[in-house]
Amino acid sequence: MKNFGLRTGLLLPALVGISLMAGAQATTTQKATANNAAAEPWKKIPIPPLHDFKPPQPKKIVLENGLTIFLQEDHELPFVDGSILIKGGSRDEPAAKVGLVSLYGQTWRTSGTSTISGDALDEQLAQKAARLETSGGSATTSVRWSSLKEDFDGVFASTLDLLQHPAFKADKLALAKRQMEAGIARRNDDASDIASREAVELAYGPENPYGRHTEYATVEAVSLGDLTAWHDRTVVPNGMIVSLEGDFDSAKMEAKLRAAFSSMRRGADIPALDDRFPAPKPGVYFVDKTDVDQSNVILVGLGTDRRNPDYYALSVMNEIFSGGFGSRVFQTVRTKLGLAYGVSGSFGASYDHPGLFMVDAATKSASTVAAARAMLDEIGRLKTVPPTATELKNAKDQVLNSFIFHYDSPDKTLAEQVTLALYGYPSDFLEKYKTGIEKVTAEDVTRVANKYIDASKLAIVVVGNGKEFTSPLSGLGMVKNVDITIPPPPAGARAIQQ
Amino acid sequence: MFETLYSRFDRISRIDARVPATRLNRLAAGWMLGVLLAAAPLAGRAQDLASFEKRTTVEVLPNGLTLIVCNRPEAPVFSYFTMVDAGSADDPQGASGLAHMFEHMAFKGTKEIGTTNYPAEKVALAKVEVAYTAYDAEFRKRVGQDAKKLTDLKKVFDDAVAAAEEFVVPNAFPQIAEQNGAEGLNASTAEDSTQYFWSMPSNRLELWAYMESTRIGEPVEREFYKERDVVQEERRMRIDSAPIGRLVEQLLATAYVAHPYGRSGVGWESEISQVSATEADAFHKKYYVPANIVIAVVGDVSAATTMPVLEKYFSKIPAGPKPEAMTTIEPAQMAEKSVVIKEATQPFYLEGYHRPDYRDPDDAVYDAITDIFSNGRTARLYRSLVRDQRIAAQAQGFSGFPGDKYPGLFAFYAVPLPGHTADEVETAIHKELDRLKTEDVSDDELQKFRTRSKVDRLRGLDDNAGLAQEMAEYQTRFGDWRAMFREQAKDDAVTKADIRRVANKIFVASNRTTGRIEFTAPAADPAAKQTGAAQ
Repeated sequence: MKNFGLRTGLLLPALVGISLMAGAQATTTQKATANNAAAEPWKKIPIPPLHDFKPPQPKKIVLENGLTIFLQEDHELPFVDGSILIKGGSRDEPAAKVGLVSLYGQTWRTSGTSTISGDALDEQLAQKAARLETSGGSATTSVRWSSLKEDFDGVFASTLDLLQHPAFKADKLALAKRQMEAGIARRNDDASDIASREAVELAYGPENPYGRHTEYATVEAVSLGDLTAWHDRTVVPNGMIVSLEGDFDSAKMEAKLRAAFSSMRRGADIPALDDRFPAPKPGVYFVDKTDVDQSNVILVGLGTDRRNPDYYALSVMNEIFSGGFGSRVFQTVRTKLGLAYGVSGSFGASYDHPGLFMVDAATKSASTVAAARAMLDEIGRLKTVPPTATELKNAKDQVLNSFIFHYDSPDKTLAEQVTLALYGYPSDFLEKYKTGIEKVTAEDVTRVANKYIDASKLAIVVVGNGKEFTSPLSGLGMVKNVDITIPPPPAGARAIQQ
Repeated sequence: MFETLYSRFDRISRIDARVPATRLNRLAAGWMLGVLLAAAPLAGRAQDLASFEKRTTVEVLPNGLTLIVCNRPEAPVFSYFTMVDAGSADDPQGASGLAHMFEHMAFKGTKEIGTTNYPAEKVALAKVEVAYTAYDAEFRKRVGQDAKKLTDLKKVFDDAVAAAEEFVVPNAFPQIAEQNGAEGLNASTAEDSTQYFWSMPSNRLELWAYMESTRIGEPVEREFYKERDVVQEERRMRIDSAPIGRLVEQLLATAYVAHPYGRSGVGWESEISQVSATEADAFHKKYYVPANIVIAVVGDVSAATTMPVLEKYFSKIPAGPKPEAMTTIEPAQMAEKSVVIKEATQPFYLEGYHRPDYRDPDDAVYDAITDIFSNGRTARLYRSLVRDQRIAAQAQGFSGFPGDKYPGLFAFYAVPLPGHTADEVETAIHKELDRLKTEDVSDDELQKFRTRSKVDRLRGLDDNAGLAQEMAEYQTRFGDWRAMFREQAKDDAVTKADIRRVANKIFVASNRTTGRIEFTAPAADPAAKQTGAAQ
């Protein structure tokens, strides 16, 4: 079952673990190949064919008003979980009001409805150990709920009440703003947070809907009226996908949902995303942080999206480059050089906009430049050192042999179909992906590496303690000191220290 | 955005999700006794003890290793969880971080995996240890250290390391697992235990049994000294370069005077930088004996066909005596203690009170207090500090910190809003604790705790990985995985009087250690500009 709602955050620093981030070097892999197979006893262990397994597919229903429903029965436990995704998210909010959708997502549920306050609703649900939460994401907002099946009708009624009669309240908006402003005030405390934020902003650009971030001024600019307007604009059936999973009878559930949603009237579609994504300006972007002994280094550029016919070859390249313990980056930066614990990388692919090509590592101050070099070298080697037959096989095996984990539970197959429907992908995309991966050749990988990878076009973000560096960052390129001073709240705005 | 901050806690708590030591607050699996089933009928086929007993087989091998196999044939996959009943708390004196170091080494392979020629590699590794011992002896000399000799010995050591590396197939072990479809491959070291886990397609069960049994039974300390560098980076990341990491390490070191819970789990820098492969080997010999290990396998596995495969591989691990129990018990705290870190970081507050270990009859009472103080928007700390007083962005309490096999802490923390201080949130938390001591909690609060613990336990029962973890934990902690189905009875038995009694017993000043970060702008340092404009 999906886990959502409020969580207890625990602080357990004493805990340590191997973090499986990225990861090899072609030569080392070749060494394994050179090894005599007779001395590899694990290869003699029989691997019987996997049982025939047909994952249950959800039932899809599209209402006349455009609302899409997915139903996935799962009778193992007596729960029903539901989700409504609503098109339109933070990427569609005005630049002067960044934070609007997030504030909307929090305030919607905490405010309650015209007949019950959010606080009373909290109490009512807690007594049933049920959950009902709203939230704002980048492409959608959402309502999600979960309860024992005998409580479904009551919780679903509250869900509909929230959808139809929300009562955005000033005190709850103020509370959401306070929390968001606490985050702004603290955003420079942690070096890895600074590095990720700067990398994303550099890659997409500070004005881009994916690159910008909240400021006191943009948060303060959001009014109750903005929340109501957002709700009225986006909560329309043609922008909604309703999905349910759990212990119910699909025919009866379909009838309930039709009764609940059929009368909703269509609204305007969310306009298509502005698809201009200029690449970042190459260079070294440095943030000096005096209280750390480790540098966060991120190399960043633009990735691709999954509609790209090269997506499959890029996925295999990605595995070879950074897909696990055996991957080139992990093998070099962590295993061979011992330069980092956390090292990862990915040529990211989103559904409807370019993902990020990102390689990152956290290394002791003294080895900052060495680690960045090692990462750049590995990126360069993607083009100069074609994958060996072993690397290619390993990468594909890794993707294909773990493929079952895309659909080993009913909630995963449901989530997959919801995502595909949201972005307008064919419902058999996962199968296409599998076939696509199977067909990738070493030549394909080299071709896409040459087409998409250029180390000299990446931005290099370094957040670290400059006085501890042993070689100058300028060895990596032109250095720009990034000012991360947090712009103060606008004059005359509501005092944040209330 | 606030999410940035929140996600940091969330990230930490997700790591925690792998830690058996913390009691099963939210991710819990387990169900109620039959009696209670009648009181609150939640019909379903996969959720009660009887259903699990039919599908679950336990076997203790002649060497002492405990195996649990639970059949859940929803999809042709399985998850396993290996739990070694030894963790950072068992690090030898002077070698903090060793349990964790060993956990990293468990990914370095075996006599067959990760080597091109084990007999030759073994000889080379022995030379590395001889060279390291000589270097280390000179390095640690307090008087009369010879710089030239040290340099020479370092060279001998470096050369020995390079010679041994010739035989290494780097990362072969995890690579074989990944090529065979391993998902969620990882391990973690807690104060109380060390755990290894992944999921795989079910046709790889025998391959997994071969891999797991050999890496647990006959690990090879290859590439040890390079991995030591990696672990030091992990320390820098989690502790040295993270404001809250620094505070927590100091708070624990202050709260404990005798018990190893006061030592850094990842290791003090001086110790983790000097630990040797010989020490790791000794740790393995002492603690990785079969009698100290429980392995649970859950998924598309039937005991009839699976047990023989597991027996074949895991029986090969040589038996050894279960390590003796720890003698140290943290003495009663005599006076309130505090840690104040003044730096250019936004304020933060954390406090802890010593509590008994998980076997204590009041264990469920602590869970009730956690629920009432922290669970969701109806929780007391949220309502009081976040919603009503408007002084914190987040405030919670939780138990079992940094572990609960031995007496750990009941901790509270709050994230002050801009313009508010650690002192203010401290006062507000103490006011809530005083209320807990002087007034009964409400019927509603107690009922919510019972209902949520019951329903949340149930929610966990449809997940192979989660079930494997729960079963291994309960088998380790109580000697019987069925204990997870008995937890609810304990929760249901908690009374208002219990809560007041326990609160009066432990939430007292002399049992408290507080930790706070106070924002202090660094004078005349340009970095001040970068650390926040809110003050």
